[in-house]
This record gives sequence, structure tokens and C-alpha cells, in this order.
Amino acid sequence: MPQFPDAVSNQNMTNWFLGSFDTHIPWWFILVVIKAVAAFAILVVLTLFNIWYERRVVSFMQMRIGPNRVGPQGLLQSLADGVKLALKEDIVPTNADKPVFWIAPLLSAIPAFLAIAVIPWGPAVSIFGHWTTLQLVDLPVGVLYVLAISSIGIYGIVLAGWSSGSTYPLLGALRSSAQMISYEVAMGLSFAGVFLYAGTMSPSGIVNAQQHGWYFYMLPLSAIIYIIAMVGETNRAPFDLPEAEGELVGGFHTEYSSLKFALFFLAEYINLVTVSALAVTMFFGGWRAPVPISLWSGANSGWYPMLWFMIKLLIFVFVFIWLRGTLPRLRYDQFMAFGWKVLIPVSVLWLLVVALFRQLRNAGDLDRAHAVPIGIGIAAVFLLLVVALEVRERNQIRRTPPPTVPDYEPLAGGFPVPPMPGQSAPAVPRRPQFARTAAAPAPALNGTTAEEASTR
Amino acid sequence: MGQLVERTAGVGAGLATEDMILNIGPQHPSTHGVLRLRLVLDGERIVSAEPIVGYMHRGAEKLFEVRDYRQIIMLANRHDWLSAFCNELGVVLAAERMLGMELPVRASWARTMLAELNRVLNHLMFLGSYPLELGAITPIFYAFREREDLQKVMEEISGGRMHFMFNRVGGLKDDLPAGWLDRARRTIHAVRGRLADIENLIHGNEIFRARTEGVGVLTTEQIAAYGLSGPIARAGGVDFDLRRDEPYLAYGELGDVLRVVTRKAGDCFSRFDCLLEQTRVSLDLAEACADRLAALPQGPINLRLPKVLKVPEGETYAWTENPLGINGYYLVSRGEKTPWRLKLRSASFNNIQVLGELLPGHLVADMVAILGSMFFVVGDIDK
Amino acid sequence: MTTESEQQSEQQPQTGPASSDPQREPRASRDFPGMGLVKGLATTFKTMTKHAHTVQYPDQPPELPPRTRGVIALLEENCTVCMLCARECPDWCIYIDSHKETAPAPPGGGRERTRNVLDRFAIDFSLCMYCGICIEVCPFDALEWSPEFEYAEFDIKELLHEKDRLREWFWTVPAPVALDPGAPDPKEMAQAQKVADKRLTAQKAAEIVALADGGAAASGQPERSGPGRSGPAGGAEGDG
Repeated sequence: MPQFPDAVSNQNMTNWFLGSFDTHIPWWFILVVIKAVAAFAILVVLTLFNIWYERRVVSFMQMRIGPNRVGPQGLLQSLADGVKLALKEDIVPTNADKPVFWIAPLLSAIPAFLAIAVIPWGPAVSIFGHWTTLQLVDLPVGVLYVLAISSIGIYGIVLAGWSSGSTYPLLGALRSSAQMISYEVAMGLSFAGVFLYAGTMSPSGIVNAQQHGWYFYMLPLSAIIYIIAMVGETNRAPFDLPEAEGELVGGFHTEYSSLKFALFFLAEYINLVTVSALAVTMFFGGWRAPVPISLWSGANSGWYPMLWFMIKLLIFVFVFIWLRGTLPRLRYDQFMAFGWKVLIPVSVLWLLVVALFRQLRNAGDLDRAHAVPIGIGIAAVFLLLVVALEVRERNQIRRTPPPTVPDYEPLAGGFPVPPMPGQSAPAVPRRPQFARTAAAPAPALNGTTAEEASTR
Repeated sequence: MGQLVERTAGVGAGLATEDMILNIGPQHPSTHGVLRLRLVLDGERIVSAEPIVGYMHRGAEKLFEVRDYRQIIMLANRHDWLSAFCNELGVVLAAERMLGMELPVRASWARTMLAELNRVLNHLMFLGSYPLELGAITPIFYAFREREDLQKVMEEISGGRMHFMFNRVGGLKDDLPAGWLDRARRTIHAVRGRLADIENLIHGNEIFRARTEGVGVLTTEQIAAYGLSGPIARAGGVDFDLRRDEPYLAYGELGDVLRVVTRKAGDCFSRFDCLLEQTRVSLDLAEACADRLAALPQGPINLRLPKVLKVPEGETYAWTENPLGINGYYLVSRGEKTPWRLKLRSASFNNIQVLGELLPGHLVADMVAILGSMFFVVGDIDK
Repeated sequence: MTTESEQQSEQQPQTGPASSDPQREPRASRDFPGMGLVKGLATTFKTMTKHAHTVQYPDQPPELPPRTRGVIALLEENCTVCMLCARECPDWCIYIDSHKETAPAPPGGGRERTRNVLDRFAIDFSLCMYCGICIEVCPFDALEWSPEFEYAEFDIKELLHEKDRLREWFWTVPAPVALDPGAPDPKEMAQAQKVADKRLTAQKAAEIVALADGGAAASGQPERSGPGRSGPAGGAEGDG
């Protein structure tokens, strides 16, 4: 072990560190590598953590204890499961298209990792004496990049379903492709409002723009639409149709096993983190401290913001888990209808309103005094619309006529049928004593012994 | 899976499409066992459906013919493993009727109470598993908490948690343990109180409603034509319950507690709703029985039987309102130790026959909703 | 099928008051949209804050009632090899081997006696249906239920347990439970009661006779009835 220099300043240490390479690697490159490795590590560890977190929280919601044996509080359970999963037998179905079957899980997992690159985890900090932001790359169109990358992940799922050569995965893949494409639209529209306010598509720019208030307060509808869409986008309950275990067994990954399955599993949990991180960045102030903490001046500098970010992220993950623990799954067509007939029109309308506000604001025609009544007016119109729809529906319920009982037809449909409730069998004319008993059926039946009933 | 057929698509009149054959089961999460459905799908829509039964056929009826009546009780409580007590009941009722036995009063009330507790156990199972099939993973744990508590009560009296084996011809195997009635009553109270959790969790849930309302509607005609019974039939507006319409055991005296729960719509939701309400009614009934049992004077709970029990020659049909529907035993005896024939009419067998007519036109996802709401036990289908 | 539906329709006129429609028609009253979801979320959240209902099994063994049918235990000393259990078992999972042994005639005279000696008593728990018929038919209480249940094996063949193992389980057999006050008294008590009642009535009859006899002569002797009544009561206790 080499000796550290006595006065260990950051500068000296990094010099020593670089000296060992004996080359001139540029600083930005080293930082990028460090940050990339760190991001990768954080994602993997977060995945392991989230699996445990989910199992534990769902257990509590179900009056169970959950994994608590491996490691403290069972924290290492997912690691043990991961090792076990990797050591399992890898089965490839005979009908499978082998190369595609191989590529699909990679295509699902790699984009999941890539998307996190543009998420800012904190402001500029000093790493080895060099100032750098806690963000791998700050693209000017970062948010579009996330949308684009997450669309690639869908290929993984579609190809997995297609290449398995089996019916359940095929159905699952078809569902997921339609689902993700539809919800991507709603997601993009919900971001448009943020872009209008922030005037930038760069995630760090959006975080900076939220210095004086989260976009959740300014654009609540956008935030809600995004939260719904992100659940749909990640195939999580209640929108987990592609892997609906009650119907499609495992959906697109039914035929997968061992490490390949593990990759899908990994991708799902990383996507969970990515969309949550995006939600935090776009609507909940990113790494900025929440209100009571932000009064402390040091809250938004140094490494603390990363803590706030993680806390917000884990709250989002909790919401995901909470939804999964509570809600049943929607039906595929209802889910699509919800996406296309509710979320997209509402986002378009909302975007219209936001754009109008922005335009008026920018033109200087609107001050606070006018904004409030206009806002209230729009809200009132929305409310009226909802009430009108509700009233219409209730009236419809009331207007449905009571069912009428048709006359009894002994040979309806060509075979003898018994009378329905409300109908009565006609008395048999040629046996008057039998007709009498039919007129008073209750005692007749109770008088009948079981033997008679069985032979009738 | 159907054979792989090479097809050239889109020559002339648009894209050629092909129906897909999907086998649901025999091993599939939503068939609770080994029911198999052969579906022909057009996209996700079901064109035709055929239930293929018999994967769990155990020849129960044939086995009955070579067992004496006590051994039959043991076999009978196994075809529908969720209503073991009620299954036993039919056998002993048939044998007692043939023997002309008069059941001790306490036995009759205790049997009624246990049958109702068994009904609650059964219904709770489906109240939990049905949401699970629709993707809600939590209600089953709530249902199982209640089931566990009730099973504890059942275990204390009978020694079994599922296959109670507690009926005997002429009464029950053992008398009630001291203090059992109080504990049972306390449990009933607790379960009734906590049913609200299940109801809050799932009953009013919009997604659950959307999945089940108007889905899988059974008309009264279909119910009659296929001989459906139990909560499924009552959810379709058929007001028929043997407990009221042909009272056995002590049900005749429980007229003021026994409400026959009916719904009109006949869809999946009304079936679930019917089940939930029936659970409450059964808890009320069990409590009424417990009150009555506590008030009854000292007396036996079973009759002394001869060493070798022979049922006189003749035949009878004993049917009971089992949790899942009508369960009937047609007993033919030639005066031997064993029955000459014991025909079993099980509820689930009839109830699932309607699937072939009910499923076409629905989506695969609806298939799960409908299948779950038919409340069947595969052992009860295949016997 | 026809029978059922016929009866069901015949029942219609009678059903009016007994059948109750639900108090709440599901579709008539609608909550605000989304309330159902919120209610559900609140329920799970509330549950999350409470203690788990499950217990950690191997650390915390379950409390099982005495009647629990866990395993069949054998008290070998009580077994007379009457074979009732093996014959009554619905799936013939009890295996019994025995041989006859002849005890020499006692020295004081008499004849030699043969008795059955149990060589093998095994229950195959992989076949056993846990119905308890063998225990019910055993005339000498050699078989009993024990709530012990931890005897799972990795191989199904290992579930065939011989008499040594079955004897070990007998130590875990709990005492029978006390019965409900509504249950009839045990045979012995009932018999004793009967004897006591008989003696009491006999005594009463005797008293009446005595009173009738000596009524005219000694009507002023009240202390006589005291010791007279205590006699039969003591006798009944001795019987019991």
C-alpha cells in the first residue's frame, strides 16, 4: 500500500491518483467516468433496495412481516434472490427465435440505465477539488432524450414477446407496445406545460426554474397526468397489463428464466426509479429542499441536495408500492380508453389553458389581480362539465325502464323450459286436483319429500 | 397450441387474420387448480370457449360404493375442499333419513352453526381470491386473517382446519368444548367488524367496478337452463335458497335471521356483492345458533349407533344449500354396510357449464373476471 | 335441473317477505368518482401502521387446541392386536403384524392362556387422510390424536412410521377437553346419579311408609328425619 502524502488536500490526492496512471487523462473525462460508475452503482443498489422496500411495505399493508432474515431487517434479501436467480437453469423454448430472444432482455435493460444520465442529482459539488454538477450530462433537450430512450426499452418487451414463440408472451407484448405508445403521448403533453413555464428542456434548467416554487403547485394537472402516465409507462399496478399474472401468466416474460429474466426485472425497477426521478425533477423541485428545510441557507448546496432528492424519490417509489398494494388491474381496453379519451384530451385542454396564461403573462396583459378570476372561471367551467356529465349519467340510470316479464312459453327455443321468476306455469286442465296444488305451491313443495323431488 | 401454419398474408382482400387458440390451464393462475379452458381468440376477443373438465377426477362416486358410511363422510368432505362440513352434511342427512333417525336438538343446532361458519370460510376465500385474480393483491390477506380466526374456532371443536370430519350419522363426533361457544361468538363479532376492511378496500373501488359491472351477465333463462345455483344464481335474480325453501337442520326456526341475498344484475359485480352480503348473513345465522345452543338444556349431541351400521333398502335424495350452490346426494341402498350407489350432484360442475355460453364475446381479461366470479372449486367439478 | 328451477319458480309467491333486497342497490347511489380508490388506499395505509397478524413460525410455535389432528400416537401397551383400526381405515394405511404367545398355566392350577403380541404397528402418513376413524374405533384407547405436526420428510417413503416413533408421540397427547355445560354428563356420573336417585326415592318411600305407620303414635319426633336422610346421600358418594 503506497503512502499517502501528509497534507492530504484533495488536489494532492488526485495528483497522486492521476500520477499512478502516468498519463494525461483530461479531468472532465475522469469525472464523467466516476459519475457514470456512480450512477450505475446507485441504480443497481437502488434496485436491490427497492425490491426489498416493496416487499416489506406491501407486507405491512397485508399484515405480514415480509423478508427479514437475510441481513439486517432482511435488507440483503434481494441480493440473495438475485444470486439465486442468476444460478438458475436458463430455459430457451424450442419455438423461440434464439438471437432475438437473447437480445430482447438487453434491449430492455440497457436503455433503462441510459435514461438516468440526464437527471440532476444535485448542484455543483467539489469532487477531488474540481467543481462539477451531480449530473452525468446536461443535454439541452434532456427530457426529450429520456422520452426517446424509454421508447427504445419497449422494443425489448415487444421483441421478447414475439420471439418467445408462445401465445401468452405475444399477447403481453402486444398489450405493452400499445400501452406504452399511448401513454407516451400523455406523458409528453404533460411535459409541454413545464417547458412552457421553464422555457427550457434541460432538466437542470427546469430544476433551476423551480427555485421559487415547484411546478406541482403551478401545474397540478400536468403533474397528476404525468404521475398517472408514469405508472402506465412502467407497467406497474394498476396498469400492469403486459404481465397480468392472472390472465397472461407472466405476460411478455413468461418464457424467460434465469439471468435473462433478471434483466427484465432489473429494467422494471430501474424504470421505476427513472420515472420517479423525472417526476421529482419536473414537478417537485428536483434536488431542491422542500419548504421547511429550504429556510436553512445551506440546504441547497454541497451534498445535501442529493439527500433531498433521494427522499423525494423514495416517497415516489412508496406511492408506486402503495398503488400496487391496493388497486386491482384495469382491463386493457378500459386502460386504453382512459389514456386516449381522458388523459390526452385533458392534457391538450390543460396545455391550451397554460399556453393562454403564459401568453397573456408574457404580453404583460395579465397581472395577479386578473389571473385569479380567470383561473376561478376556468375551474368553474371544468366543475360544471363534470357535474353535467354526472347528472346525465344519473338520469340515464333513472330512465332505464323496469324489465318486463314476457309470457311463459313452455317450449321456448325448442325444448321444455321451466317458468321464470314472475311467470307461472299454466294449470294442467285435465287433472283438477293437481291444478289446485299448483295454485298453492308453497305447502305443496314443503310437503314433497326428497324422494319425490328426485324422481320428478 | 394450434399447429403452426404458414400463411401468405394480404393477397388481394386486405390482411389475412387467423384465430388463435389459447389454452387456459390446466395449469394457470386463475383456474385455481386444473380446470382447462380451450379458447379460440380473435385478437383478445373470445370467439368460442370450451371448459374441459376431468383433470382432477378422483372417482369419488365409485369410491363411495366400497366405503361404509363413516368412511364416506371422510371422502365426501374432500370433493369441495372449501365446504367440507356442508358436504359431510348431505351424506349424513341422507343416511339419517333412510334410517328414520331423529336428530338430537343440540346436534341439529350445532350442525347448523358449523355449516354457517363453513359457509363464511368458503365465502371469505372467494372474497379474497377474486380481487387477486383482478390484480388486487391485498384483499386475500385480509380475507385470510378472518379465515384463520374462524379456522381456529373450527379446529378447536373438530380438530381439523379444512377437512373437519365432524359429522357422524346421528349427530356430531364430539360435544362442544367448554367455553367454545363464547370464543366462537367473539370471533364472529370480530370477523363481522373487520369485513368492513375488505369492503372498503375493494367493494367501492372504481377499477374493480369497471372490471366487473356489466361483465359476464347471466340471464335468468341461462341460470334456469343450466341449473345454476347458489350465490351465482341469486346474483342473477333467482330467489332460491334451500335453507329457506326446503329447510333442513334448524333453518326452519331461523326464518327471522335468514335473509336470502339476491341481486338483479347477474354480472360479476353482483355475484361478488351477493357473496359479501351472504357472508354477513351467515355470520348472523351462526351467532343466532350459538345463542340458541347456549340456551338449550342438557342433552346428547349424537345417537348411539349399532356396531355395524346398515342402511335399510331404499333410496333418497338429500340436498343442501352448500356455499357454492346446491349439493345433492342420491343414495340408493340395498341394505348393506355400503351404499349401492351414491350419486353426487355438485354445485360447481353445473355452475361452470355455462362458461361455454357466457365467455364468447368477452375479452381475455374479462375471462379472468368471469371465471373468478363463478366461484368454483375444481375438486367439486371433477369429483 | 328442471326440478330445481321448477321449485324455484313455484317458490316465488312465498318469497316476498323473507327475501330481502340489498339495503344499498350498488348502482343507485354513486359516490364521488375516485372515492373508492381513496378509501382503498386509506385502508391499506391504516393497515400498514398496525402490527403484523402473522407470527414467525419456528421462533413462535402455534398454539394448537387439544383436539387438533396432528399425528396419530400409539400406546403400544394398550394394543390387543384386534385389527379394528387397520380394517376400518378408509385407505388401509395401518400395517399390523403379530404373533401368538402362550403363557404357561399358573402353578395354582388353571389352563394356559394365549395372547397376541404386537410385532409391528406402522402408519403410513403419506397415505393417511387424518380422518381419525382408527382412533374412534379403538376399543382400548391405544390410539390417540396428538397435535404434533413437525414430522415432514424429504422423501415420501420416510413418512411410514413404526411403533417406536408412534409411541414417542404418545407423550405429547393432551388431556381431553372439558365439555360444554350443555353436554350430557359422562357415563360414570350419569350412572352414579341414577343409583343415587333410585336410593333417594326408595328412602323417601320408606320414610312415607314409616310416617304412615308411626304417625299416630310418635308424631312429635322431628329429629328422626335428619340422620335418616343423610344415610343414602353418603351411600351415593361411595358409589361414585
